[in-house]
Amino acid sequence: MLAPVVDDDGAPFWEYAARGELRVQACAGAGCGEPRFPPRPCCPHCHSFDSEWRATSGRGRIWSYVVPHPPLLPDYAAQAPYNVIVVELAEAPRIRLVGNLVAAPDAPLNSVPPEQIRIGARVQVVFTSGADGVRLPRWVLERP
Amino acid sequence: MAGTARAAGSGSGAALKDATAVVGIGRTAFAKHLPGSEKALACRAVLAALDDAGISPAEVDALASYTMEETDEVEVAKAVGFGDLTFFSKVGFGGGGSCATVAHLAGAVATGQATVGVAWRSRKRGSGPRPWRNTAVQLPTPAQWTRPFGLLRPADEIAMLTRRYLHEYGATRDHLFNVALACRNRANQNPAAVMYERPLTRDMYMNSRWISEPLCLFDNCLETDGALACVVVSAERARDCRHRPVYVHAAAQGLPAQHHGMVNYWNDDPLTGPAWTAARHLWKHADLTPQDVDVAQIYDAFTSLVPLSLEGYGFCGRGEGGAFTEGGALEIGGRLPLNTSGGGLSEAYVHGFNLITEGVRQLRGTSTAQVPGAATCLVTAGEGVPTSALLLRN
Repeated sequence: MLAPVVDDDGAPFWEYAARGELRVQACAGAGCGEPRFPPRPCCPHCHSFDSEWRATSGRGRIWSYVVPHPPLLPDYAAQAPYNVIVVELAEAPRIRLVGNLVAAPDAPLNSVPPEQIRIGARVQVVFTSGADGVRLPRWVLERP
Repeated sequence: MAGTARAAGSGSGAALKDATAVVGIGRTAFAKHLPGSEKALACRAVLAALDDAGISPAEVDALASYTMEETDEVEVAKAVGFGDLTFFSKVGFGGGGSCATVAHLAGAVATGQATVGVAWRSRKRGSGPRPWRNTAVQLPTPAQWTRPFGLLRPADEIAMLTRRYLHEYGATRDHLFNVALACRNRANQNPAAVMYERPLTRDMYMNSRWISEPLCLFDNCLETDGALACVVVSAERARDCRHRPVYVHAAAQGLPAQHHGMVNYWNDDPLTGPAWTAARHLWKHADLTPQDVDVAQIYDAFTSLVPLSLEGYGFCGRGEGGAFTEGGALEIGGRLPLNTSGGGLSEAYVHGFNLITEGVRQLRGTSTAQVPGAATCLVTAGEGVPTSALLLRN
């Protein structure tokens, strides 16, 4: 499986993920506070270089999803067809995260049948245990 | 020539309007596998385009291509014997740069930086590697937010937007099939097309294998070896070339505010993409409106890019791109015949360059699926990535 190739801007996201926290970057400039994703050096609204990593409830809704089939990279082909979802966060609907809908944090990418996936379904973040050295956010249905 | 008179005028856009023309087009064969290197294919296409124009390679002083083009300017120039080059440019974002190569040459020629420009693309995407398989070299942003989760290929990235598009507007797979069918029907008229002798039926489409649901095999472009090129000169010079000039009436690039490339999930409105930005600029500087377009070559790496582009370029309202394809609208005789050589879906996928050369053929009256009396053609580049477009006229 591909591990995230982390850059300076994204590093805090993955450091919080390693602690089981889903946080998003937000402007810390005076009077701004706009969240932004993907993370970047400065705020496109007020141009402040000050930012904070804001805690989220980890709740969201499925905005869209796909079900990839081969040809794929081998580790992914082995689980295909699997799902990839985009989740819009409850607190900031325009912050959308790519992830996977799974039956349990360390369950495979194909652990939820595609016919159970719906746009608009409520989901909750969970984190893989990180046996391979990186903890990834994944998503489970609020009401399976 | 009205074009040159207008080109001399002042005011925004006037310097480019009809000031230059495409006077030569060239290509290699298209196939899943062609012998020879990408460099050799590039040289063949470039020489064919210059021969078509009746211009010696020694007169070429400007080049434009894609950043993904593997053969650089030095290699092409010394191989085919160009003269001294005074302008060379490469455009990023894969197929989004196709029309921009011609636009850059048009700007260079119109402003006197060069006199004879060649744009080209050569690619062995049929027999060569699939870029998404490369795990050693990847940009950290935004790949860290997508690839670990198995969103690996352009097909997956665009399928995500497609699912949302279908959901939000009530468009259907039948609408996507209409796009695939129109391209295939035109390819069936074009002996150079990879799919020339391969008709497509609705049954084949609906029962084909998935690539990334909701996109099936026939929603995806071909994987092709091939190369194409075209020659751009001033409108004045164009009158002395071998073929009827095809004028660059307007050209535009588009990178919308807060756009994120093919994974454009993070702005306020992901279903309005770069086409909208390019279109605003294009029509602002044109004497034409979408209703004046006789034939279109719409970038079709995936079928769903077509309804998005139809909306973006103003052929229909937002969310109406699917319905626009109904009733044979995209076929010859329909409201907007498109991709008349078969496009990326059924002629060849060479990052959209074959859409440019087919636009030229339509306005010369030499297409294998000629739209009678075609006088205007819109050509677009990749939607979903920073894009570009050309409005051609004869």
